[in-house]
Amino acid sequence: MKPKPYMNPYLAGFFLGLVLLATIYMTGRGLGASGAVKSAVIATVEVAAPEHYDNTQFYAEYDEKHPEGPLRNWLVFEILGVLAGAFLSGVIANRAAIKLEKGPRIRNGLRITAAVLGGILFGFGSQLGRGCTSGSALSGMAVMSFGGILTMGAIFGSAYALAYFVRKLWLK
Amino acid sequence: MGPLVPEIFSNEFNLVIAFFVGIGFGFILEQAGFSSTKKLVGLFYGYDFTVLKVFFTAGITAMIGVLLLGHFDLLDLNLIYVNPTFLWSAIIGGCIMGAGFVIGGFCPGTSICAAAIGKLDGMAFVVGSFFGIFIFTEGYPLLEDIYLAENWGAVRFDRFLGISPELFAFLLTLIAVVAFFAVTQIENRANKLRTDFSKGRVTRNFALGFIPFAIIALLAFTPSRQEYIQQEIREARQQKKCVFKEISADKLAFELIHNHYKINLIDVRDNEKFKEYHLPLAINIPVDSMNKREWNEYFTQKHNINIFYADVDTTAKKACLLARFLGKSENYILRESTGQFRDIFYNLTPPPPDAHKDDINLYRFRFQAAADMLNLENALKKFTQPVKKKVKKIQGGCS
Repeated sequence: MKPKPYMNPYLAGFFLGLVLLATIYMTGRGLGASGAVKSAVIATVEVAAPEHYDNTQFYAEYDEKHPEGPLRNWLVFEILGVLAGAFLSGVIANRAAIKLEKGPRIRNGLRITAAVLGGILFGFGSQLGRGCTSGSALSGMAVMSFGGILTMGAIFGSAYALAYFVRKLWLK
Repeated sequence: MGPLVPEIFSNEFNLVIAFFVGIGFGFILEQAGFSSTKKLVGLFYGYDFTVLKVFFTAGITAMIGVLLLGHFDLLDLNLIYVNPTFLWSAIIGGCIMGAGFVIGGFCPGTSICAAAIGKLDGMAFVVGSFFGIFIFTEGYPLLEDIYLAENWGAVRFDRFLGISPELFAFLLTLIAVVAFFAVTQIENRANKLRTDFSKGRVTRNFALGFIPFAIIALLAFTPSRQEYIQQEIREARQQKKCVFKEISADKLAFELIHNHYKINLIDVRDNEKFKEYHLPLAINIPVDSMNKREWNEYFTQKHNINIFYADVDTTAKKACLLARFLGKSENYILRESTGQFRDIFYNLTPPPPDAHKDDINLYRFRFQAAADMLNLENALKKFTQPVKKKVKKIQGGCS
């Protein structure tokens, strides 16, 4: 079966804006993504290296601020929903399939390596910048946060600046 | 009034909301094509600007929506989470994220969507972001200085520029609309398509682009609900057209002694004056903070009557007028001022022995009432002061 076409970008944006608005209205906070991965990291450290967890300042402070544990977290539940929602959409639109997407000139191995490396950079940057494209840039824009909009500018600015140098990953 | 958490929805239920909001979020990201890495990076090579269109439209929709809800007093903008600004970490973190974006082809949210529908590169990105965050948490001592430097707090962009939020929304929307037009041109050129300039198409796009500006104009040129209330109060006072239900000091004392549980005696002066002296059994709600949500229930309930008092009659009247806009409670004002009430009951001078019988009775009543009120206040100390409700600023972001 052929995948169905994507939604009109403006319409999708409008709906996404409404979801974000409803979130702010109900909960007073915006959307996010990287925070859920952070929770997973902290939960993993707590289980895998309990001694290290107790003795490291960063985790100890986190533990103190989050007595309910890293996984009982708003963003963790939200991301579980994202997984479900994206899967649902993929199934409806015939897009759910095991697949590797890449530029035409590179091999699978390089694509995976680049994705992991990109993930490392993005993950690291999201912690330094206190949020990623969702939590900082998009939600920040909705509430006119200076820091959020600044981070948004930095993300897209630096991506544009580097695009030329990594064009082989993506273009013919 | 929003936000509904934690007053109307509990913090527990908030997690359920999170799940359902996430479903909507994930569904739309996937529908928009954000699960496809090629569609995402198209932004940086000029062949597909979906990301910019979706992202900007969503941001502007939500931003105007937030202003609109605030305008009609449906959402307390002072309580919602505004991401704080730490200047250097915002810029440096953003630049590193940008590198991750163009190398990895995703951002965290989109990689999770891609992974959800079986994209292997999306899964690889998620694994990478896990380790990237791990590097941060482990390396935190080295990064702490830069992470915490230049803390500007929760600065809003409009305040930073010194302009009104409506003007900022206007400017950002203008940038977005111009960008939409420009990137469509670039996109069509890159994909060797011709831009559709047919009359119907142009009219439709103009009409759609006009909507956000119309809403912003509405926000900018009509008074918000708060402004409207203030204006109504001012006019009502100028025209003296409002009739207040008044209660005299003696009647109040009598009611306090016999029916204190049916009365909210509200001191609308500021906190310091309240601490200095206040009427027995009074609570303090300064007139300027009456519309705060922590006092909301006093003005929406129908069981007790509210009696306002202050040092000057105009303040009490203002409070009484304001209360009419805040809810359906029954409101009275004390005819006497704070000082007069004190003089009547606590600076009593005994009448001369040959005084009229009524005067002597009144003196006796007041003498007894003064003592009764104090006794009552002491007895009820624990029960009459409002439970201090902590209105917590909401925490958000990615922590």
